[in-house]
This record gives sequence, C-alpha cells and structure tokens, in this order.
Amino acid sequence: MSAVDTAVAPAAVRTVPAAGTDALRARLTRRLQHGGWFVAPFLTLFALFVLFPIGRGLWLSFTDANISGTGERFVGLDNYREALDSPLLWDSLGHSAYFTLLVVPCIVVLAFLLAMLAHHIERAKWLWRLCFFAPFLLPSTVAGNLWQWLFNPGTGMINHVFGLDTPWLTQKSTALLAVVITTLWWTVGFSFLLFLAALQNIPRHLYEAAELDGAGAWQRMVHITLPMLRNITGLVITLQILASLQVFDQAVVMQDFGPGPEESTRTFVQYTLEEGFTAYRVGYASAISIIFFVLIAAVALGRMWLLRKREEGVR
Amino acid sequence: MSTAAVPRKSKWTPSQIVLTALGVAVSAVWMTPLLWALFTSLKSETEAVEVPTHWVPQEWTGQAWKALFESGNITNWFVNSVIVSVCVTFIVVLVSALAGYGFARTEFRGKNALLGLVMAGLMVSPAVLGVPLFTTVQSMGMVDTYWGMILPQCAPAAMVYILYKFFQSIPHELEEAAYIDGAGRWRVFFTIVLPLSRPSLSAVGIFTFIASWNNFLWPYMVTNNPDLMTMPNGIATVMNSYGIQWAQLMAGGLMAGLPLIVVFVFFQRQIVSGVAHTGLAGQ
Repeated sequence: MSAVDTAVAPAAVRTVPAAGTDALRARLTRRLQHGGWFVAPFLTLFALFVLFPIGRGLWLSFTDANISGTGERFVGLDNYREALDSPLLWDSLGHSAYFTLLVVPCIVVLAFLLAMLAHHIERAKWLWRLCFFAPFLLPSTVAGNLWQWLFNPGTGMINHVFGLDTPWLTQKSTALLAVVITTLWWTVGFSFLLFLAALQNIPRHLYEAAELDGAGAWQRMVHITLPMLRNITGLVITLQILASLQVFDQAVVMQDFGPGPEESTRTFVQYTLEEGFTAYRVGYASAISIIFFVLIAAVALGRMWLLRKREEGVR
Repeated sequence: MSTAAVPRKSKWTPSQIVLTALGVAVSAVWMTPLLWALFTSLKSETEAVEVPTHWVPQEWTGQAWKALFESGNITNWFVNSVIVSVCVTFIVVLVSALAGYGFARTEFRGKNALLGLVMAGLMVSPAVLGVPLFTTVQSMGMVDTYWGMILPQCAPAAMVYILYKFFQSIPHELEEAAYIDGAGRWRVFFTIVLPLSRPSLSAVGIFTFIASWNNFLWPYMVTNNPDLMTMPNGIATVMNSYGIQWAQLMAGGLMAGLPLIVVFVFFQRQIVSGVAHTGLAGQ
C-alpha cells in the first residue's frame, strides 16, 4: 500500500547488467509468462467461496428462497424494500455503529499507549508483550464467557472490586457497554502489536539527531514518533472499523445467544443470521447481507480514496 | 520517556523505574481476568457461585478439570480444532504464497483485473456474506463435514495481499541470476524466493493459525454435530446448553486458550519481526 514499494521496484529492474540487455530481457519475459498456474489454486478457492457466494447472494436477494433452497420465486426488490422499512434492521445497524464508535477510538489510543510503554521499558520486554497480547489469543467465546462471569451482578468480580450493584448484562443502558469493555480487553493486543512493530521500525538516528539539537522527550514524540506512526494509525483505524462493524461473537455469547435486554445488543450480523438460520428466510437474509456488503465496501473504498488523495498531496 | 537513545542493557535510571512500575501495574490489571478464571476453575461449583465472591479458593480442588475430561467431548473438540487449524494453515500458506508470487512476479493475461478482484475480496468475510456462503457450501454437500469447515477459510485475500507486497520488495537480480543459469520459474520460486520469505511466511502462518483456532462464526454456522465441533464452538454452544457450570466453563476456556498462549511464548520474536517484515507495520 505504500507508495515507496511501488516506486522502488522499477528502479531495481533498471540496474540489471547492460550487456546484451535486449536478448536477455526477451528471454526473461518468456520465462515469466504463463504465471497463471501460480494463482490458479488460490483463484479456484476464491471463486468457489467468495465470488460465487456473492453472486448467489445477489440472486437470492431477489427471491423468496428458504433454507431448503428449492422452489424459490423471483420477487424483485421486495426484500430490499422490506429490509429498509424494518425497524429491526436500523436498530441492529445502530447497535453495530454505536459499538464501532465507542470501540475504535478507545482501541487506537489504548494500543498506542500500551505499545509506547512496552517499547520504552528496557527490561523483560517479552513479559509486556505477552501480557498485553495474551487476551487476543483466547477464542472470542471464551473471552465472552469470562466477562459474562466477571460482569455477573452477584458473583462477578467487577461489582465486587468497585463496590457496585450494577446488573450489567440485564439492563439496557449497560449491556452493550459491557460488550465494548470486553472487546477492548480482548482485542487491543493485535493493534498493540502493530504499533509496537512500527515503533521498532523508526530509525534510532532520528532520535539521536533530535536530541543533539536539544529536543526534549515531548518534542521528540510530537515531531518524530507521531508523524512516523501516521500510516500505521490509519491502517489500525480502518482494520478496527471493519472488524467492529462485523461484531457478533462476544455479544451473543455474553447474552446466551439472545438479543439482550430490550433487544439492545442485537448486532447487524446477528440480525442477518437470525433471519437466515432461525426464520429460514434465506432470500431476505441475503438482501440484508448485500446491504451490509455495500456498507463495508463503502468504508474500505473510502479509506483507499483518502490514501490516494494524501499520496497525491505529498507529491 | 527519554529512553530512545539509551543503550540496551541500561541502569535503573529514575525514568526506567517509573516506567517499569507503570508496566507492572498495567499488566497486573490486564492479567487479572485470566487469573480470576484460573482461580474459579480451581473452586468447587458451589464455591464458585457463593455470594459475596472471593478471589482465592477456600478449598482448592481439581474437580472442575477432572469433570471436564470425564464428561465432556473436550478431547474430541481439541482434536477437531487441531485438524481444522493445521489444514487451514497449511493450505493458506501454500496457496497464498503461490498466488502472491504469481501476482508480484509473473505475467499472464488479465492479471490486473484478477488482482483487482482479489483486493475486492478483502471486504468479504463470513460475517458479511454468511448466509449465501452457507447455502453455497450446503449445495456442495459439505455441511457437517471437515471439508465444509476447512475450505471456506482457505481463500483469505488479505494473506495473498500481504505476500504480494512482500514479494514485490525482493530484488529482481536474485531471480534473474538464476534464470540466466537456466533455472525454471518453479525452481526459482522454491529454491530462492521461498527460503528468503521465511519470516513473512511464518507470520502469515501464525496469524492464520490463530484466526482459525479461534474462529467461532463459521464452524457455528456449518456444524450442528457436537462430534465435529471445534473448541470455541463446543464450549460456547454445548457447555452452555445444560446450565452454566462456571468452574468447569472457566477450565474449558483456559484449555481452549492455552495452546495459542504456549505458541506465542515460543514464537513471539518471530511474530513481532514478522509483522515488521511483512510490511504490515510499515505501510
């Protein structure tokens, strides 16, 4: 994705020995053709399990198909019309969006702070990495169960430690918040690792030069660390937005596969699966999947568009 | 935070003491939930749900762990998890290394269009298109089979993209010298390119393994048979279904998480350097 990679590669080609270049180049070109065999295995899987389902989903979304997949009838845009009119769609989309809005900024800031801490402590580096990354190594269902247990009002540790009496998982105002807290603890490790690797990639001499020029710790952070981390921060934000919009596992596990108090934790993915696998309305579920796909694609394309604009701005 | 220019094995400067103390405090908070799971798993079921709750078991017992192995299908689930994750990792590493190289270094008709398609695939996950993916897999007759669990996880556009970026950064001269000596495309790939890519390949492999081991949504959709379930699935759907026994649930959860934590302890250096190498962090 970096402009640097693509700019460097052609330059490297040009440094090939000059003698007999034309004949050599022709021979190499011949050797490099028919590379299709390299990509064929992946493309087969990709066509079967990505492209075909997209096409099939698109087709099914215009039908009234049920789970048995027989005797479906073409119904035109009916599914889309019904979906966009359904309060359940907007509610579940709202929950996913609210979740995303809370999780993304917190994760970015938290991951950055933890990475700075782990990067700057000189001793036992492996220990800090292990501590902050370990929760990410738990399956989502285990993290969900664990925090369901921690948030349990009578026997859970959260209320006990903070001297509260909050029924976290059974009241509307805190149920989704509990999922957010669980997610922060569980997933921050991944972004933490990305930041940590990026911090290690910053050339040391930049700091040494700045120090010679009399820059203090704060100035070094503002003028070197933060600018050097700009790209990774953009990546972390995009990945987190895409992952958070798709939240499902923790939310259903913490609510024992239900929609939560007053249906307050039903996320978009959960809504899709309920329509598809519980109500057996595969056509309708496909229509909401396609709506969701368009939404996700818009976020991803928006990020690419921003990147391109920035690269043009740099030139 | 004035440590950037300090040599590696430093003295206990005041700032290091403060930072280390902070690190200890934050890690303690971070590890507390896991520690609590461990303590709960060593209580008896009745003690686990006692109010008011307490940290350390008054009576230490391995009863929950014993019950886990005696009653549950936990060993079964564990074996299933191993089979599925190992197969997925093997196929993904092989297939995406080939494809990444094909896109980065060879020519064929329609390459750019196909590359564009793969990039579009970055936006699709079972969460986004789960229902159509399920009906597809269903029509192939792969519901409730290992293949049905494994193959749909084996087309990760992201891994192809990461390796594609990496292969682009390898100097052309290395390959060209081999071509001039008469080596074929495949030989160059296996004897020159792959050995050079070990850090990137292991990062891709480790992340694929983690994702597959912890994948809940897809196996949840594609299997109903408790004999075929993986660890995260079995624990979430079967153990919860007959009334939650917290001590046993915590023991099961720790069992499910343990293998990856062990893997991480041994491979963390490779993981961090792999992340740096694949260019993920340097974007």
